[in-house]
Amino acid sequence: MVMFSKLVLINKRLVMKIISLVIGSFLLLISVHGKSQNRVNGKKIYETRCLVCHQADGGGVPNMNAPLDGSSNLVGNDIARLVKIIRYGYNERIALDGYYYTNAMTANPDLKDADIADVLSYVRNNWTNKASNITVAQVQQAKRKK
Amino acid sequence: MKNLKIVLSSFLLLMSSLAESQDNAGLRIPAGFTAKLFASNIGAARHIAITKNGVVFAKLNAPNKEGKSIIRLEDTNQDGIAEKITGWANYGGTGIYVRGNSLYASSDEAVFQYQLDAKDEVLNATTPKTIVKNLLDRRQHSSKSITLDPQGNIYVNIGAYSNACQEKDRTPGSKGMRPCPILDSAGGIWKFDGQKENQVYGDGLRYATGLRNVIGLDWNTNTNSLFVTQHGRDQLNSFFPNLYSDSQNAELPAETMYEVKQGDDCGWPYVYFDPYQKKKILNPEYGGNGKIEGAPDALSPLVAFPAHMAPMALLFYQGNQFPAKYKEGAFIAFHGSWNRAPLPQEGYFVAFIPFKNGKPAGDWEIFANGFAGSDIVANPRQARARPCGLAEGPDGSLYVSDDNHGNVFKISFNK
Repeated sequence: MVMFSKLVLINKRLVMKIISLVIGSFLLLISVHGKSQNRVNGKKIYETRCLVCHQADGGGVPNMNAPLDGSSNLVGNDIARLVKIIRYGYNERIALDGYYYTNAMTANPDLKDADIADVLSYVRNNWTNKASNITVAQVQQAKRKK
Repeated sequence: MKNLKIVLSSFLLLMSSLAESQDNAGLRIPAGFTAKLFASNIGAARHIAITKNGVVFAKLNAPNKEGKSIIRLEDTNQDGIAEKITGWANYGGTGIYVRGNSLYASSDEAVFQYQLDAKDEVLNATTPKTIVKNLLDRRQHSSKSITLDPQGNIYVNIGAYSNACQEKDRTPGSKGMRPCPILDSAGGIWKFDGQKENQVYGDGLRYATGLRNVIGLDWNTNTNSLFVTQHGRDQLNSFFPNLYSDSQNAELPAETMYEVKQGDDCGWPYVYFDPYQKKKILNPEYGGNGKIEGAPDALSPLVAFPAHMAPMALLFYQGNQFPAKYKEGAFIAFHGSWNRAPLPQEGYFVAFIPFKNGKPAGDWEIFANGFAGSDIVANPRQARARPCGLAEGPDGSLYVSDDNHGNVFKISFNK
């Protein structure tokens, strides 16, 4: 009986060790890549707000909704503009990579800075896109720029 | 032995139908019909028109690689494929219409008239008459479709630059404006003189209102009246997730066809048409909840089609080539949806509705399918072709244009 409880105690310690190890390496992974966690939130925001127009494959709709996959604007360095479009929407004819798109984009005034960073990071690194992740600090900096 | 015969014959039938579908420019069409790829890669071909000599004109949404936006296609050796392809003009647009030796074409803010010679060559490519100008182009629903009545009046669609006339367009929580201020200059069909030059809004008449965006319209010479197809509103689920699920949004609201007389109102932005309840339902931006009805004085549609399929062209068939059931019936080119996402897209086909005595005489059916190139379309960008324009040739063949990859299909019936 004593032995048994000792065994349980050891096992408990072991389990705790393993758990803390897993959590630790997970945190390490996040701090290195800055990606693992916010990608889930970014994907969720994309699917509930953006997908209906920009489509599941990020291809947009010809003449109407600009594509995100392969978009030179999206993977470019003008982060302030991207943040502004997400916050205030967009209602101008846009020329992008040789085509025109005309539909109005909805504003997202309720998205928090972290949400904007997450969804931008997600779309900049989904489909064939490969660009830097966007941090909350970058979003805040972009907002100051106006 | 008998079984073997059945198996063999059904196998042969299968093979022949497979071969047929490959032959018909990849289209699936009813038995007895054939389809040919009349032209391809000509640019984003919106509407098309055909002269009495069989010369096809296509209006491009934007100038093509050669910088042309009105394309002339001639099948010089009568093999069903255009050999001689030329063009002119440098403005994008949708509308094109031929009446005698006059060719009308529209940009997103004006309607021009060109003169053709006896061989259907354009005489004044750089100096057309401007028939109507200064029409509103606020990008959304900006294409100006046109048709003429027998008296030579021209009917121009001016689409509403809005989804549901909210104070802030496509913004969650923004209320619908009542009365909707857009309706005095858009969201309807305007009538102008087909010959008079430089007409502006004040010279025209708002013929019909309450139409969010009409791209397919045609004058029916049997009823002597105008028929229009409307693109219904978008995004019920994304703006009102508490009232509409993704799957409900995929089926609501109906795309609709109306017969409109002068002064008619079709109800946008206050209502949409629910094809299941068969009612005009108050839009949620105006306090609707999916059940409350609205706009009692507005017209009800003559035909309701599935949601978001985007009717792009309407044509009443007048020829004698097709079997009798098609005479006087309506063909509708559907562009195919985008707003059904996350569900798969639908409607990349040409539909047909039989008409008798000027009224629909049966359910709509798919006439030609297979434009998209695959049965499941996740995104319109993937589609091989998106039907956009329709025209009837002098021999009674039906032409279908595509603005995704610039194809023109010719569909004929072989007795």
